[in-house]
Amino acid sequence: MSAVQILTGNQAAATAVKLCDVQVISAYPITPSTSLTEMLAEWIEKGELKAEYVRVESEHSVMTVCVSASSVGARVFTSTSSHGLLYMHEQLHWAAGSRLPIVTCVINRGVGAPWSIFNDQQDSISQRDTGWIQIYCRDNQEILDSVIQAYRIAEEVYCPVMVCYDGFVLSHTMMPVEIPEAEKVKNFLPPYKPHTILSPEEPLNINPVILPTQRRDAQGVLRDGYMEFRWKLQHALEGSRDVIVEVNRQFADLFGRDHGGMLWGYRTDDAEVYLVGIGSLATEATMAADMLREEGIHAGVVGIRVYRPFPREEIRNVLKNAPAIVIFEKDISYGYEGALSADVKAALYGTGISAPVHNYIAGLGGRDVKAAELAEAVRSSLAAVAGGVMERQTWLNCVTE
Amino acid sequence: METRDENLSAMCRPAVGEAGRTGDWRDATPVIDYTKCIASLKNRPACYLCWLYCPEGVVIAGVPVQIDLDYCKGCGICAEECPAKAITMVLQKEAKP
Repeated sequence: MSAVQILTGNQAAATAVKLCDVQVISAYPITPSTSLTEMLAEWIEKGELKAEYVRVESEHSVMTVCVSASSVGARVFTSTSSHGLLYMHEQLHWAAGSRLPIVTCVINRGVGAPWSIFNDQQDSISQRDTGWIQIYCRDNQEILDSVIQAYRIAEEVYCPVMVCYDGFVLSHTMMPVEIPEAEKVKNFLPPYKPHTILSPEEPLNINPVILPTQRRDAQGVLRDGYMEFRWKLQHALEGSRDVIVEVNRQFADLFGRDHGGMLWGYRTDDAEVYLVGIGSLATEATMAADMLREEGIHAGVVGIRVYRPFPREEIRNVLKNAPAIVIFEKDISYGYEGALSADVKAALYGTGISAPVHNYIAGLGGRDVKAAELAEAVRSSLAAVAGGVMERQTWLNCVTE
Repeated sequence: METRDENLSAMCRPAVGEAGRTGDWRDATPVIDYTKCIASLKNRPACYLCWLYCPEGVVIAGVPVQIDLDYCKGCGICAEECPAKAITMVLQKEAKP
């Protein structure tokens, strides 16, 4: 029997980890991710979750534990936030390069200096080039469902997956969450089959020094050079789109919840302006769209669910008739613009879509973003677009002069 | 057509020469003067400081002492440590094969 419980985002994530029969967990506490791993530690201590909990001295070591455990065939999990994720950075590359299906929850939080414990998405967006798949969640149900889907995706394409959700806004906010039956999750998620079995009988050098060119090994087999392995990873991420969409479809068939695959739309059919965002900010934008529609402005929302691989075709398809695009995001690629804005524009290049794109940097370090403020930003952008302003970057609700 | 490397990530079986013939890296080659080498002079296992200090494990502690030039990187530690000054580092282009 599935049951509905009132859970925080972190509790929803922990519940999913338990349902996925994760075998090794390593984590180092950092706000706002701490309560997730505390819950897992408690279940392991009580014997409710048969997993090994490895305590270490830093997030860098956390990811090395995950890499090692995954290499010998265990299903592994960790979660972190902000500086913890940044401290993992080197090992994030190592996990992706080793093609290990590690699932990590990133509970999005701003990055110092100066210190902030509050929410934005600078931490995970700045890890976008590490070769990890990144899924962003809208609500606590999607967190639970996405963690389960993440293992299916990761273990099919042999790439690690980050399931990202907004700190406090989701991690510490309670919502009704439907808990699927354990048996159904088991059927949906077969046991992890490592791409390489490492055993004492078959010793292997894992990730030895790779030279720039291909090379014949001692057995005479021509082995890939560094660039071939980079290409394989890129090819795997590009190819993971189909898997992500298919896993989402199968999940919807089995559990009755469709989270949109690569992205989701809200009232987009006849939209004259498209609000684009990631995570809970996109959810907020749906309320702004409703407000705008009440006053006769046909607004629609596009929520990016998967940021890497980037939903290139889906973006082109949904925005092909867009008269105006307004992108809201909780990150900044310093010296340029919001990372999402740059990526959306790049996806539109050469397609003949020449809609104005206005970029709003919003909610950094937990600054409140209200739906009414998003609606007002859209009104202001539409007025500017009418005046011929094609591109604009605005820091929402921020003193800039 | 050659079979493609099926490995998703870099790996290989541990074996001698797996990292290539690293002797290719060498600029200077150790040349042993057996009229000075203590093991050769005594005609029995002796000294072997070159074998002890070699960081690559390419010195074969026999009589006479030999160096596996397929893997010697030419660091010169053996020549530095030899108490009999029996080893000379000769620039690669001048060394005889």
